Amino acid sequence: MAILEVKNVNKRFGGLQALGDVNLSVEENSVHAIIGPNGAGKSTLLNVLIGKLVPDTGSVLFDGQSVLGRKPYEINQMGISRVFQTPEIFGNLTVLENMMIPIFAKRDGAFSMQALGNTMNEKDVIGQAEQMLEDLNMADKRNFNSASMSRGDKRRLEIGMCLAQNPRLLLLDEPTAGMARADTNNTIDLLKQISEEREITIAIIEHDMHVVFSLAQRITVLAQGSPLVEDTPDKIKGHPKVREAYLGESA
Amino acid sequence: MDAILLQILNGLDKGSAYALIALGLTLIFGTLGVVNFAHGALFMIGAFCAVTLQKLLSLSYVVIDETKTDFMGNPLKVEMPYVAKWFGPEIGATIIDWSVPLAILFSIPVMIAIGFAIERGLIKYFYRRPHADQILVTFGLAIVLQEIVKYYFGANPIPTPAPDMFAGSIDIGMLVGFDPNAIVYPSWRLIYFAFAALIIGGVFAFLQFTTFGMVVRAGMADRETVGLLGINIDRRFTIMFGIAAAVAGLAGVMYAPINSPNYHMGMDFLVLSFVVVVVGGMGSLPGAVLAGFLLGILESFASTTWATTTIPGINQVVIYLVAIIVLLARPRGLMGRKGVMED
Amino acid sequence: MLGLNGRDTTVFVIVTVLAIMAPFLLNPFPTESGLAQFNAGYPDLMQRFAIFAIFAIGFNILFGLTGYLSFGHAAFLGVGSYAAVWIFKLFTYNVVPAILFSVVIGAIFALAIGFISLRRSGIYFAILTLAFAQMSYALAYSVLSNPKFNLTNGETGLQVYPGDLQMFHNPERVPDLPHLFGLSMRANYELSVGGWDFNFNAGYYLCAAILLLMFYLSMRIFRSPFGMMLRAIKSNQTRMTYTGLNARPYALAAFVISGMYAGLAGGLMAAVDPLTGAERMQWTASGEVVLMTILGGAGTLIGPILGAGFIKYFENIFSKINDSVLHAWFAALPDGLEDFLVAIIYPFIGKGWHLTLGILFMLVVIFLPGGLVEGGQRIGRLFRSRKTRKGETDEATQSTPAE
Repeated sequence: MAILEVKNVNKRFGGLQALGDVNLSVEENSVHAIIGPNGAGKSTLLNVLIGKLVPDTGSVLFDGQSVLGRKPYEINQMGISRVFQTPEIFGNLTVLENMMIPIFAKRDGAFSMQALGNTMNEKDVIGQAEQMLEDLNMADKRNFNSASMSRGDKRRLEIGMCLAQNPRLLLLDEPTAGMARADTNNTIDLLKQISEEREITIAIIEHDMHVVFSLAQRITVLAQGSPLVEDTPDKIKGHPKVREAYLGESA
Repeated sequence: MDAILLQILNGLDKGSAYALIALGLTLIFGTLGVVNFAHGALFMIGAFCAVTLQKLLSLSYVVIDETKTDFMGNPLKVEMPYVAKWFGPEIGATIIDWSVPLAILFSIPVMIAIGFAIERGLIKYFYRRPHADQILVTFGLAIVLQEIVKYYFGANPIPTPAPDMFAGSIDIGMLVGFDPNAIVYPSWRLIYFAFAALIIGGVFAFLQFTTFGMVVRAGMADRETVGLLGINIDRRFTIMFGIAAAVAGLAGVMYAPINSPNYHMGMDFLVLSFVVVVVGGMGSLPGAVLAGFLLGILESFASTTWATTTIPGINQVVIYLVAIIVLLARPRGLMGRKGVMED
Repeated sequence: MLGLNGRDTTVFVIVTVLAIMAPFLLNPFPTESGLAQFNAGYPDLMQRFAIFAIFAIGFNILFGLTGYLSFGHAAFLGVGSYAAVWIFKLFTYNVVPAILFSVVIGAIFALAIGFISLRRSGIYFAILTLAFAQMSYALAYSVLSNPKFNLTNGETGLQVYPGDLQMFHNPERVPDLPHLFGLSMRANYELSVGGWDFNFNAGYYLCAAILLLMFYLSMRIFRSPFGMMLRAIKSNQTRMTYTGLNARPYALAAFVISGMYAGLAGGLMAAVDPLTGAERMQWTASGEVVLMTILGGAGTLIGPILGAGFIKYFENIFSKINDSVLHAWFAALPDGLEDFLVAIIYPFIGKGWHLTLGILFMLVVIFLPGGLVEGGQRIGRLFRSRKTRKGETDEATQSTPAE
């Protein structure tokens, strides 16, 4: 069953057709990669999915409900979490506090005024946060200032914060961009582990083919704003159209 | 019709001051990315350049005038300005009389030096600090500058008259065919407006037609890229800060005859100039100028007896009200670009 | 205790003791001694300590936690004062309704101004709040003081006149001054021990009691999930939004809470001295509370209290010192040196206090962004690291969540 369905989405910026008739469906509990050369419309598509941009025409359905016109935080509350190209974490808070915030957001919604409760008495939330840190092998860093960690650790924490919300769909925007090889491999392992152990659908936008082919079960290739092919990794690898789009070779 | 024209003219001098200060604020914000809360203080220092020069030129020594006596029958002591001694009484008197226009020449190097000193000595360490820190440190600087001026010049306004030649008024109405005395307008205010227009034109021409200006404009649009091109943008920005300081200073020099300078005049103008910048659109130079004049004129209309009897005190708040409406209806201001300070 | 953890309880107990003992602690020098001018234990100044501490604590909830820099908080303090004086004029000299009303008015103003200003962040927000505050000042100073509709009494300032309505006021049973159920705010008990005169003032103790309550509330807010969300706003709004949280109502709530603190401070000012004027709303007054918070340590619990005390103390001391006092100090020195020192120090004291303040402000922002609290921590760490060289690394990398 498709958890995310993009139908006939068009988006123009002035004279530029950023997205043209994009159709895409992401199956539940799969890892779906969206690849394409620079300027293919990957980021625009992602911004449409998370509510940052509204397309000119078309629809985006998440679990049968339209996400268009909703605020980013509402879309998140529907069950879509997003990991950014540069890790977005709460820099001046401790790792544990970073982990508690998504759990509060999940439990209490977009706004709740618990001005007199004490976070230290929220045993459930702390317990869940600690469990998640345990799962990420970060328990020893719980009291670190998150801004002082390495990029790989920040990424790990960010992914963990998304997981702590139990999202149904996890969107990743080039999660290994600018990372050292070791950190990249760690991130791949973490994502693999997540997709195997948890019932989470992962949609990943990625440049690095190593990452894509290690993770994805299905791949959509975007070129000039439109999906070119959609298939399994094996088929994509040798596909003439993909080679053409990437390398400019004629088929 | 003539009444409307009169109010427009009345708004021009304040509008000019707003426009000049807002222009400098926008130049600094656009190039350096810093909001300068000390900009009003620079305007104030400009006005005190005029005061200082007038005082310097009027420095006198006492002579005994044998031809006159006081009421006791003793010879009268008169103060004799040094300039009168050096250049003869008539030329000396003229020089003193023209001290405000002369202060323009005096203030340019002073203001540029102050601008350089502030940028090199303070602001440059704050480029990478949060906006809140920039605001706070320039706010502190504004207090310091203001208090220094207060220490030396006292708290009371110091009258600084324009040359006698411009002390009167011009009957503009007559010139354009209205009845005599329909539109009588103080000459100095007209000069102020012409002067402001000249400076604004000069700044725009400088940015438009010189290589230096081109680089600065490119830097305003995209600082990082210009930096990557290997152009030393920092030095140019220092110069821009100096220019912005000079613009504010000149606005102050020429404003001295309109409103006797006091140490807090900068703060009074600063808040309104911020509003002007916000209404014009953060980062837009034409927006700053346009909004400056529009709001100045608006304020003048709100100061008419008709307006103030209908809504008492409307002249005091009209600019803020307009600013709120503009911001609610069009958050990026009249001519603001999309994406500048939108979050 | 009271829902606070051990360390916070200690801090709270210390502040409580200091507040109760203030008449002694702030009066260390005998009245007749030459150092008596450094005493701060008289009612008027102690009240100001407490009131400005409340103001700064509230401001810190907004600025220290969310990072939104408001340059217009004096407006809320001003309307709080006006609200309280109007209660005195129309109804009663009892301070309870006046103070409550000032909090409500502060909240209403903060809600309106915050709702518009928070559509923007960063510089825009600071400028908008500044513009609103100046507008409120202009309104109070001139617009709302005309014969048709005189709400503020303009330049003269608002105060209680003999002909005022004062519906529930009975001068025969209660003092003809602001009072707490009959206890005049000016009631003062002077205790003379040896050469010392200690003042115990009803107005001060009311302010101090409210200060403690407000301090306690701010501690609870800091430690609550709500406080954590406010810190998240300062830290990273993008992540916050994509974590399913709506940042704006959080920021607005913080703004309104801090506006209520400011209104309360304004109400208390009127309660201890039943008159008010528009100058309380001027933007320099807003700048002062920013300064107190930053000087003490923005985002820390105790910082705003320290900052408010520090500034109000030195403002008072500095403005009292004039050149003759200075000459008296340096009288022992040779004449030339005496004059020289006096000439150097003179611009910074007396009326020059604001110059000192401005310089201090710049120095703190440049060199000590964490304020006095950070300064204290640095010194503390210096001592500790000497004691325990080893095993320190772990603690050093830990962040210290808001003190």
